[in-house]
Amino acid sequence: MSAATKGSGTTWVGRAIRRLEDPALVTGRGRFTADLPAAHWVRFVRSPVAAGTIKKIKPPDGAFVVTAAELAGVKPIKPMLYKFNYRPIGQPILADGVVRFTGECIAAAIAASEEEAEDIADAVEVEIDETAPLIDARDAASSAALHPEAPDNVIVNAQVKTPEFDTAWRNAHRIVRLEARSRRQNATPMEPRAAHAAYDPATGRITLTCTTQMPHLTRTAIADLLDMPESDLRVIAPDVGGGFGQKMSLPPEYVLIAWLAREHRSSFAWTEDRRENLIASYHSRDQYIALDGAFDADGKLIALSADVLANIGAYSCFPTTCGVEPLMAMAEIPGPYDVRHYACTARGVATNTCPMAPYRGVSRPVITFALERLMDKAAVELGINPIDIRRRNLIDQFPYTSAMGLVFDEATYKETLELAVKHVDVPAFRARQQALRKQGRYLGLGFCTFSERTGYGSPAFAARGMAITPGWEMVELTMDPSGFVELRIGTSPHGQGLRTTLAQIVADQLGIEPQRIKVIHGDTDRSPYGWGTFASRSLVISGGATLIAAQKLRAKIIKLATHMLEAAPEDIVLGDSAATVAGTDRSIAIAALARDAYHQTHRFKGEIEPGMTEAGHYDPPGTFSNACHVAMVEVDIETGQVKVEKFIAAEDCGRIINPMIADGQVHGGIAQGIGNAILEEILYDENGTILSSTLADFLPPTAHEIPPIELHHLETHTTATNLQAKGLGEGGAIGSPAAVMNAINDALSPFGVAIDEMPATPQRIRAALRARQQTETAA
Amino acid sequence: MSEKTPITLKINGRDHKIAVEPRRTLADAIREDCGQTGTHIGCEHGVCGACTVIVNGEPVRSCLMFAAQADGKAIRTVEGLAKGNELHPMQRAFMDHHGLQCGFCTPGFLMLAVGVLEREPQISDDDLLDVLSSNLCRCTGYQNIIKAVRAAAAEMRGAS
Repeated sequence: MSAATKGSGTTWVGRAIRRLEDPALVTGRGRFTADLPAAHWVRFVRSPVAAGTIKKIKPPDGAFVVTAAELAGVKPIKPMLYKFNYRPIGQPILADGVVRFTGECIAAAIAASEEEAEDIADAVEVEIDETAPLIDARDAASSAALHPEAPDNVIVNAQVKTPEFDTAWRNAHRIVRLEARSRRQNATPMEPRAAHAAYDPATGRITLTCTTQMPHLTRTAIADLLDMPESDLRVIAPDVGGGFGQKMSLPPEYVLIAWLAREHRSSFAWTEDRRENLIASYHSRDQYIALDGAFDADGKLIALSADVLANIGAYSCFPTTCGVEPLMAMAEIPGPYDVRHYACTARGVATNTCPMAPYRGVSRPVITFALERLMDKAAVELGINPIDIRRRNLIDQFPYTSAMGLVFDEATYKETLELAVKHVDVPAFRARQQALRKQGRYLGLGFCTFSERTGYGSPAFAARGMAITPGWEMVELTMDPSGFVELRIGTSPHGQGLRTTLAQIVADQLGIEPQRIKVIHGDTDRSPYGWGTFASRSLVISGGATLIAAQKLRAKIIKLATHMLEAAPEDIVLGDSAATVAGTDRSIAIAALARDAYHQTHRFKGEIEPGMTEAGHYDPPGTFSNACHVAMVEVDIETGQVKVEKFIAAEDCGRIINPMIADGQVHGGIAQGIGNAILEEILYDENGTILSSTLADFLPPTAHEIPPIELHHLETHTTATNLQAKGLGEGGAIGSPAAVMNAINDALSPFGVAIDEMPATPQRIRAALRARQQTETAA
Repeated sequence: MSEKTPITLKINGRDHKIAVEPRRTLADAIREDCGQTGTHIGCEHGVCGACTVIVNGEPVRSCLMFAAQADGKAIRTVEGLAKGNELHPMQRAFMDHHGLQCGFCTPGFLMLAVGVLEREPQISDDDLLDVLSSNLCRCTGYQNIIKAVRAAAAEMRGAS
């Protein structure tokens, strides 16, 4: 265990203590959804084609198969947005006459084992009249409508333009254009989706155990769709094997599993296989972004214009709606730069592809890639080096209000850039780069500076106009008569170590060890309502609520101690599991005070309420983390293969609660971003068939593709949150694709080719080099 | 459904007499017929390695092996790594170095690393990286898995 973070002035916060989650997980005692036994197993019959009309569904004789015909009373998933020309579209739980993407659920086959259910599913005869599918977002206008509500297939269409934009634009010294494309990804948590629902004959309640980031919202959504009281549905998210956003949208499969349990009064389970996950769980990042940057002669970005075209897939995900990607792009494209004039059009169009949902970073990996490529391109055109152009444009006065009206709290955009530059040793790299080019080896160095909006509460979400406006978090904190503590939280972590970090926060307030604190989450019967884990929010918001509850409980412990020790409250010190009168040896165990709070209340003569439970809620305005990412790559120009040699990140996420956990979050995000930049791509052919339906085709990085990652931290203790902490769950994934892409382009600069499409696969790099060669030969 | 065959799976020294269809994978048999759910299934096509167990001293992907092929062989799973309350050095190292986040891939990495290090205690860092690149983790970016396995390797060498 390392020493406390410098200046934290606390015992547990700031320390790299081992995680409380780990003992169960390293011994095989974790409990994941698929570990539960069930009376019935479900296998979905999925559409083999991207578009068409269902002519026939014929199950084998006597088989237990459910189709849309049985689901008459079940509503479609239809999330709502009241702004940005959103057109609400519904997703039936099972395809109702029409299929709109390859992998869409058509029927559910049910049997006593998974194998038998698969046999039945294979034997279901399905006849579909195929129609021409719409796959590429650019073809939306010229294609038939997927949904009658949107004849042009445009589901969301937002525009913004700041008042003086046109004047600023006209006065620019130079306009630099960058056309970026991000191909489609799948978040690929290692645990695929799974759901298990059981009916309790005594109460008539359903318990749905499922791998989700949002148990409470899952309960709300399913209760609404099945028209049942929320109190009759208990949702449990047990150990969840990664999510990264893919598990924060409501899958129609989960609705069906709950419906089956209620309808047939038994237990039903479904575990998807990897192919289902890759073709039919949520996708992300399929976007075209065109940026035009208007610069002055000194390389200062004066005005920025953006056109965002997001392929949202066949349906709109609950609860965020499919506006989540294009609207996030519109709000945050200007990034960490001081640009006063901004115009943007952001559209989300429906296509015959798997629906989109948030994935770690939500659009920001794509917009950061586009913007950072623009900055590098402008640097070349204006004859400035890439570091200087960033120095000239990064914001450094706080609070800073962006052209979009976002308020940036104090941060270290320039300082993290300088810190990263210092650790890179740019002159040494450039010398090595020059020397190796003579041997036919091409190294590249890429920078990315970015902001990560984190921990934002309901006012920020309200700006999006969602029918459901998330933001706050609630917690309940109880010390029981034995002196042990239970913290019940509304959010629902899935690997982020929140049980540990929240316990550290409570431990400091109550003067006890984190090991005495159990954090309860992911069970709607046990925890207060909450939104779940997404948007780098849980530590900041649930942690903020935890701090508030812990401060209240601390006050109560001190009050009890003043009675028992006959001392003034300001003289009581909590620590080492005891309340002590400062400067004396008069002390009482906190566990003894807890006992008294329940069993000896008569002694307090009505001055102290019985019990030891306090609640906290928190709804902060939001805060921006920031970082500078640097990638060093080598591109093999013969094969087009990219090797990332080294990665450096200088980041600032405010006060760090547990440095070990913080580093782990950044490592993981960077690895996903490297996959985004060079490896991972969901590929459809022109018929809408997915060509990347195994992990041998869709390629998350292995230990080989991830270089050593060097991390440097700055800690700006923000005043925007009560913990002085900022979120950091997504930053790793936001900055790294851009850094890698800039490095690849730097490596390829002697050839005069640009790669502005992610992932930069060997094929794309070779194609660009070949095209350039042919042009030169022809000339 | 085809006929079931009786087999014995010796998991962590204990015999499980079960009857399985020929198509039953070892992973499914360990989890469902023997109730040892610490072994996880991530892809069922032999790429991710979450289901790695040790069979007769070799790390294998239990999703690519039929249960019937493991009849009578010595199978070790994550549940058998600790001796009572004493964790295996690999388990401790994963905790000490934050080699896990969601924990879903962890049993597979533990069994892979233990299996390889028992067979080849002096394995080089480069070869170890090769071995570890045969399993997928989506949370950690591998930095701390590599650190943990190297630390445990040193400890295991010291102990033997």
